[in-house]
Amino acid sequence: MAANDFAIHTDNLTKRFGNFYAVDGVTFNVRRGSIFGFLGPNGAGKTTTMRVLLGLLAPTSGRAVVLGYDVARRPRAVKKRIGYMSQRFSLYDDLTVGENLRFYGRTYGLDNDRLRQRIQFVLEMADLVGRDRQHARELSGGWRQRLALGAAILHEPELVFLDEPTAGVDPVSRRAFWELLYRLANGGTTIFVTTHYMDEAEHCQELAFIHAGKIVAQGAPDLIKTTLMKGQVLEISPDQPAEAMRLLKVARAEGRLKVDDVALYGAQAHIVAPDVGRVMETIAHLLQAGGVEPGQMDVISPSLEDVFLSCIR
Amino acid sequence: MTKSEEQRAKNGPIICADKLTRAFGKTVALQELDLRIEPGEIFGLVGPDGAGKTTALRLMAAVMRPTLGRVRVSGFDSVKQAESIRPHVGYMPQRFSLYPDLNVLENLCFYADIFSVNDGERQKRIEQLLAFANLTHFTDRRAGQLSGGMQKKLALACTLIHRPDVLLLDEPTTGVDPVSRREFWDILTDLHISGTTIVVSTPYMDEAERCNRVGLLFKGTLIECGTPASVKAKIQGQVIELRPEPMARAQEALAHQPDVLEVQVYGDLLHVLVDDAYQRMPQLKAALEAAGVQVNRLRVIQPRMEEAFISLIHRLQQ
Repeated sequence: MAANDFAIHTDNLTKRFGNFYAVDGVTFNVRRGSIFGFLGPNGAGKTTTMRVLLGLLAPTSGRAVVLGYDVARRPRAVKKRIGYMSQRFSLYDDLTVGENLRFYGRTYGLDNDRLRQRIQFVLEMADLVGRDRQHARELSGGWRQRLALGAAILHEPELVFLDEPTAGVDPVSRRAFWELLYRLANGGTTIFVTTHYMDEAEHCQELAFIHAGKIVAQGAPDLIKTTLMKGQVLEISPDQPAEAMRLLKVARAEGRLKVDDVALYGAQAHIVAPDVGRVMETIAHLLQAGGVEPGQMDVISPSLEDVFLSCIR
Repeated sequence: MTKSEEQRAKNGPIICADKLTRAFGKTVALQELDLRIEPGEIFGLVGPDGAGKTTALRLMAAVMRPTLGRVRVSGFDSVKQAESIRPHVGYMPQRFSLYPDLNVLENLCFYADIFSVNDGERQKRIEQLLAFANLTHFTDRRAGQLSGGMQKKLALACTLIHRPDVLLLDEPTTGVDPVSRREFWDILTDLHISGTTIVVSTPYMDEAERCNRVGLLFKGTLIECGTPASVKAKIQGQVIELRPEPMARAQEALAHQPDVLEVQVYGDLLHVLVDDAYQRMPQLKAALEAAGVQVNRLRVIQPRMEEAFISLIHRLQQ
């Protein structure tokens, strides 16, 4: 596919601040009408990348093409066609739902007829019909989110950027919000989401993990879990979980147990090793020597977090 | 069991809430909470914003009084013996007030002063905590200039300065990146191993899986309490996971099938909650074929915490 067939295409995108490479040779593509997730710590280059794509920062080198426009050369052309929903919602609490939408609509240059039409569309989409006189501050988390999303798509952008869209919102509202996103994507809108939230990452059709300015893993969540994990995850159910953890950690610190990671998950311990078959016996012995029954031992599917951590280790 | 684990178990629950209630005007933030937290466990209070998690923790920390009911921590009543609770509890509020203009060391010294950690022990304790939180090389950095993850670790260190038996952490990893979150939980694991009781509130379902037991809060009420496994087992049904093409058509074809309780999209995967997976499988396959949907993968999986939570909420609302 040519660069123009993608909603977003970056090629060795780099942004340097002095000696610091905030974004370091980042290459990825986002298909039109898909939901793409960008996962990584603050300071990893996530925010800087997004700013470049939004046309707010010029790249140092490499290329970013958004909706067919090179962001370095035509940032304004990009801005007209995209929507942005910030983490802190950017709704005016003192204004009503309707006033917020009219404000945003006008800012995006929508005229009266189209504005009225789009507001009606957004109210229906966000399930806020009949509530346009309510003040934004009276809305609870799930509704605010939907309103903020609505405000970001009034001008029918082809591409929407969402920054941590569902932080703190209840699972039911979060689900409803994702239903909205799927509907938008099915209608052809491309959605770019940044998130810290592994649960949220699972909802994306494609993900990129960014760490220290570089992409360390990329692909569909399911594919990432089945193909990009470095090593395997062994889950054990010892009869004394805390004591088991202590024994495992001491053994690891003393070099008697060569594994990549040991972590407690409730009453189970997860051990990550390049080849769990090799360490299972060692683990069983050292636990039993410490008076702990290892219990059931199973190789389990890694979570996205497991994969992410294994990629950056 | 270790000796201290045995001793602790003998002494009974470390936190006892009885019909604990708190109202703010007409809003009942927490409704008759009955809860026992065992010494040394990691207990997760799970629920969305507004569920009552912060209120519950504030009541346990004795920084807020209940409207009705009571809570005892380490045997002390939170109203009548609030001062006795404070030495036993480390409370980390959601928006922890570190002093942004003070550096890491100054913040720790400040909290050491508040908790009257005496001079002899203080130096050693502060060094220990700096190492614990991986902040030894950042003592001069102003708290306001630390990354989100490091701020939370510093906040945790300040909470631990007086060696509390009980930690009450209000959403300690919200907004924190995956790596820092993982480091934070490594610290909590070490504390757990050394016997500290930890009550952590979280809106993250995957974090709930790391607790010994979880309490699901929704609109001020505890709707479920138990180990993550037992909570997930409460879903009446099984989840079939498939990768259909095209997704939207698969969703439509299955959503209205009889005995399909719920259909949910996860990226390019579809989760279908049914009463009995093997019984319903042929029926679902037929419906998908009839709709011209290609199925690239199909298997029965364990439901997630999020699915359990939503299922329980739906049942409540019916």
